[in-house]
Amino acid sequence: MLGHRTASVTVTLRNSCRACWLAVPGLVWMALFFLVPLGLVFAVSFASRGTYGGIVWEFTTANYVDLLHPLYGKILSHSLWYAMLTTACCFVLGFPLAYMIARSPARWQPVLLLLVMLPFWTNFLVRTYAWMILLRHDGLINHVLVSLGLVATPLELLYTPTAVVIGLVYGYLPFMVLPLYVAVERLDPLLVEAAYDLYASRWAVFTRVVVPLTMPGIVGGCVLVFIPSIGSFITPDLLGGARSMMIGNLIQHEYLVARDWPLGSAVSFVLMAVVMAAVVLYYRQGDRSAGPVERR
Amino acid sequence: MANSSIPSVIASSSSSSSAAATIEIQGIVRRHGAVTAVDRVSFEVRRGEFFSILGPSGAGKTSLLRMLAGFEDPDEGDVRIDGRSMLGVPPNRRPVNLVFQSYALFPHLTVKDNVAFGLKMRRVPAAQIDEEVRQALTMVKLHGKESRMPGQLSGGEQQRVALARALVNKPAVVLLDEPLAALDQQLRQAMQVELKSIQEQAGLTCVCVTHHQEEAMMMSDRIAVMHQGRMWQVGTPREVYDRPCNLFVSRFLGVSNELPGRLGDRMGEGRLFHPTDAESSPLLLRTETAEPPGHPATLSLRPEQLRLSRERPAATDPLVSGRIEKTLFAGSETKYLVRVGRESLWEARTSGTATVAFTPGEHIFLHWSPADGRLFFE
Repeated sequence: MLGHRTASVTVTLRNSCRACWLAVPGLVWMALFFLVPLGLVFAVSFASRGTYGGIVWEFTTANYVDLLHPLYGKILSHSLWYAMLTTACCFVLGFPLAYMIARSPARWQPVLLLLVMLPFWTNFLVRTYAWMILLRHDGLINHVLVSLGLVATPLELLYTPTAVVIGLVYGYLPFMVLPLYVAVERLDPLLVEAAYDLYASRWAVFTRVVVPLTMPGIVGGCVLVFIPSIGSFITPDLLGGARSMMIGNLIQHEYLVARDWPLGSAVSFVLMAVVMAAVVLYYRQGDRSAGPVERR
Repeated sequence: MANSSIPSVIASSSSSSSAAATIEIQGIVRRHGAVTAVDRVSFEVRRGEFFSILGPSGAGKTSLLRMLAGFEDPDEGDVRIDGRSMLGVPPNRRPVNLVFQSYALFPHLTVKDNVAFGLKMRRVPAAQIDEEVRQALTMVKLHGKESRMPGQLSGGEQQRVALARALVNKPAVVLLDEPLAALDQQLRQAMQVELKSIQEQAGLTCVCVTHHQEEAMMMSDRIAVMHQGRMWQVGTPREVYDRPCNLFVSRFLGVSNELPGRLGDRMGEGRLFHPTDAESSPLLLRTETAEPPGHPATLSLRPEQLRLSRERPAATDPLVSGRIEKTLFAGSETKYLVRVGRESLWEARTSGTATVAFTPGEHIFLHWSPADGRLFFE
């Protein structure tokens, strides 16, 4: 089956070879402004920091050796944990939402999708500041909770890991909803009815039919949320304070505050390796459960 | 033949009325907004019976089927299966399985896992599942294709998987939604025979929804004719074909050659019938109707009841004259479209072995036995 798919792709490429030239500007752009800087960063990660913050071009692996320090490991595992928690929360919140949108009348779907995208119309930084106002000690949330008598004293919300995850979930939920919507929209509602008719409980319908058949969307949504989450630095910086430093903050700190570009570059590459490993692992997992669908 | 005016809903029961009813539908009503999709429908389906609900699209058949499956509940009335009311019982707790028109096979599961799905959901032991799936697949002649994916199967094979997926659960009733509609003509005819033999072999009780009258007649023990949410007639294929209760049923179940007119006086054993068309002379029909003379009526005849001749037949059979409009040769038979009077276009047939061929434009006589034909009153 895989062989067949490859063959058809080759044919398509050969047929549209002239159109391929149209891709050249894009390829050049990516090569110049993505691959070259990436190579530079990679090179810098093997250099060392000068006394006043410059780069001394002497090959050394010291930066990577430095990263073995438990402190960095802690920040990395921290970041992984936040990113996974964010992804999980986005999935739990996003799936019913995507399902509802995909099953609503066709003329309402574009409107509902637009509403999901609506937060993007405002600057991310502004929206994160808004969360600070909401989560503050004397903020709106605490005000409501206290006046309803649900809590005696205002909760400590801002500058906690909870605040970071809330901010991340808020920021990346649309990235989860959109691919899930596409997947659910393509899921034949009759398959759900068929499973229900064949004695499946609602939970079994979800796990045995809906999840396997929307796996491409689930994988896509999770990757789209996980990657920006793990590298984010504005949200943890503004909502998390010093206690919730994520790896993005570390990179920012090394580049801009400590002026240790070589170390910052090394951290960037470790992060990239971790993300790539996580994504590859995840796709493999997804492929295994969604494989037969692909063969359709 | 009895040509009396028949009440709008009749449930003509045939001989086996003593058999236990598996499904009892009692006066169900289903409304979709302002539209009444199903209007006061009642019927029973007996154990081991192949029962078809026949009607044009929009007749309310699918709504009825969905109420049996549990995807919808009636607004009024009761659905009873094996003596138990099914109102409020969700689809996964009903002893019925639906074969979807589009099959709705799970594309991510193999043939075997598709068929095993219902048994797995009911937590049947694995060894037993294997055995029952094997039996079901053998029955639908798909043995050896257990590990295929649905996408790798032909339309006919997918249909068999869908059937196996339902019957493996040994449900009280198998519901079939236009089961053969997605197949091409040849495969369709082959599957009609096969579906019927599987049903008989496994002793299944089937309720089948279809708009295809020939299919319904060939496969069913009894047919219910639905139109505009009402169930007009229930009976064996022969009953509904030979003695339709109204013109709609008559037209829907086959070709109905019609002649409007008025009922006349009694004459011997029969009644006179005066066609509205002035060119036609009065006909003497053998009928036991008690309607008074002068009552408007429509005479309906099946094509196979008509005989064609160039010369006026000597017998006193009722006859009309007409002009051949079109000749349609179909191999085993030849169809003729005959202009009768000013308004009516009738269809008559001669068998393929008949040597006399009529040509368009020819004036001919159509005659039939006085006992044939049915009168319908407004």
